[in-house]
Amino acid sequence: MTDTGFVDVKNVVKLFGQGSAAVRALDDVSVSIRQGEFFTLLGPSGCGKTTLLRLIAGFEGPSMGQIKLDGADITNTPPNLRPINTVFQNYALFPHLTVAQNIAFGLEMLGRPKSEITATVARMLAMVKLETLANRKTAQLSGGQQQRVALARALAPQPKVLLLDEPLSALDFKLRKEMQTELKRLQLETGITFIFVTHDQEEALTMSDRIAVMSAGKIQQIGAPRDIYTRPVNRFVADFIGDINILPAKVHAGCAQILGVDFALDFQGPAREVSIAIRPEQLRLMPKGSKDSLPATVTRSVYFGTDSHIHMTLQDGSEMVARLQTDATQDNNLANGTEIAISFAPNALQVLED
Amino acid sequence: MQSSRRAWLLSAPALIVLFVAAVGPLLIVFVYSFLTPGKYGNVEWVFSTNGWFGTLFTRDIFDDTVHLADAHLTIFWRSVKLALETTVLTFLIGYPTAWIIATRSANIRNVLLFLITIPFWTNLLIRTFAINQIIRKEGLLNTTLLDLGLITKPLEIIYTDFAVFVGMAYVYLPLMVLPLYAAIDRFDMRLLEAGYDLYATRWQVLRRIILPITQPGIVAGSILVFIPALGAYVTPRILGGGKNMMIGNYIELLFGQGRDWPLGAALSMILMVIVTVALLFYVRAASKGASHG
Repeated sequence: MTDTGFVDVKNVVKLFGQGSAAVRALDDVSVSIRQGEFFTLLGPSGCGKTTLLRLIAGFEGPSMGQIKLDGADITNTPPNLRPINTVFQNYALFPHLTVAQNIAFGLEMLGRPKSEITATVARMLAMVKLETLANRKTAQLSGGQQQRVALARALAPQPKVLLLDEPLSALDFKLRKEMQTELKRLQLETGITFIFVTHDQEEALTMSDRIAVMSAGKIQQIGAPRDIYTRPVNRFVADFIGDINILPAKVHAGCAQILGVDFALDFQGPAREVSIAIRPEQLRLMPKGSKDSLPATVTRSVYFGTDSHIHMTLQDGSEMVARLQTDATQDNNLANGTEIAISFAPNALQVLED
Repeated sequence: MQSSRRAWLLSAPALIVLFVAAVGPLLIVFVYSFLTPGKYGNVEWVFSTNGWFGTLFTRDIFDDTVHLADAHLTIFWRSVKLALETTVLTFLIGYPTAWIIATRSANIRNVLLFLITIPFWTNLLIRTFAINQIIRKEGLLNTTLLDLGLITKPLEIIYTDFAVFVGMAYVYLPLMVLPLYAAIDRFDMRLLEAGYDLYATRWQVLRRIILPITQPGIVAGSILVFIPALGAYVTPRILGGGKNMMIGNYIELLFGQGRDWPLGAALSMILMVIVTVALLFYVRAASKGASHG
């Protein structure tokens, strides 16, 4: 976080309201986004991710802190002077203009010559595959088409940074998947830095180069999707991204003791009580009484097609879920009440700092 | 069969009202414009085109030469100009007012809309006399300014074109504000951010986004002000003192002291044509506006 990035947010605080009634929407947030990166702000609603995006766009100013773009301080630059464009959650297309006029709007405001505008609009229309709809009014378009117009309109002025505020949330499942691929393609094609806001962890994992997980106005963890998923730093991140089992444990050098059984753990430092996180797919189910394992009883098996979820109770009553990949040769479903034993894949145990 | 007869019966009251209140009187005015004026007012049932001839021309009583009736043109022009000026002034005051109302919270908005409608509760004549009381020579405005020592002799406001102009703007302002409010209330404020985001200045956002999108409200308000302002009678009479006649006052004069009902009727028809043209303009602009609503 100390390295100088392309977009640098430094110790930003954003308060809404006055005095003691003020709400801290952003609480000392610092993040450094690299050039050409697909960066995602991920978190539940009300975590401050949209506020952070609006500060970068310039629609609101921070109460404290600084925002830099490409080395220049833009903290107090009005939005129309920032080389940053936004794809709005509701698209905010201009209803009185055609598709082509919407896309041309930014270029016209920048005073670009007519010939350049015409050429760029044609290129943008081709890029989002809307050539045939150039002269339609935007109200006549479907949600997916409006989404493409919003993208083309924001990309046409070739901004240094493109902000996307939950742009896919209004689309149905299939269209959303398509647009995810499309967005990633556009980002690679244009090389523009994308800052993407979403509450959908799967969307974040599949599209991003790096993710910042936010909660309660603070950044909880920044990292590549793989880091965030396999090495969550605290209970919030572990819980928010994917399914997870959390167990209390005593850790000391190289070892974690869970319910009286020792498991190998890459851990240094003094012994202490911690929470251990384990992804459901990292659980290994073994016959009852196996060595170095926790005894458990199956309470429920749910078949999901590609995998099955096995719900179990441990001796102390805590619940765990294992995810077993479907194997054509063998039935994973276990009868309720079956007594088995649980072990873990190597490096599956993750110590949470909460 | 049964149902179509019932449909006629059901719509009969509305059709009767429409005929008695609108079509009938219009027909009478149309017929009267082709008759001969009676000696003491009213008409004689003798066909004549003199009424229509008189709207544009006058015949010299001595040598029978025909001249353009420039007095009529002056009156028409004065009325159209005043109606246009009133429309522009009410727009300039009404647009910011409507914007302020539409962007307040629901509670404050209701109070402000209520305040806008209060003038409708009082008779136009009484309201106009109230303005008269304020701006006349010994009125509230002049005595206050004199007492404060800001002026040494009373301002001559009453019975000037300016007084009529101010009075008209006051009377018709609510008719401008309400349709503007309706249009601005529907305006998606998030488009402002989209505009700023795409490098538009405040002025460009106003000109390229806000005004085009709220255009149906602007057209509706302008027509609602322009049409009645064109035929205004009470305000020019009381605040203008009858010095500079408007078309409404002139038509009243012809039906009264002037005793030339056919000419009055013909001028009324011409006034109606002007209003109809304005209405056609409204329908066209509004339907154009609706296609992007």
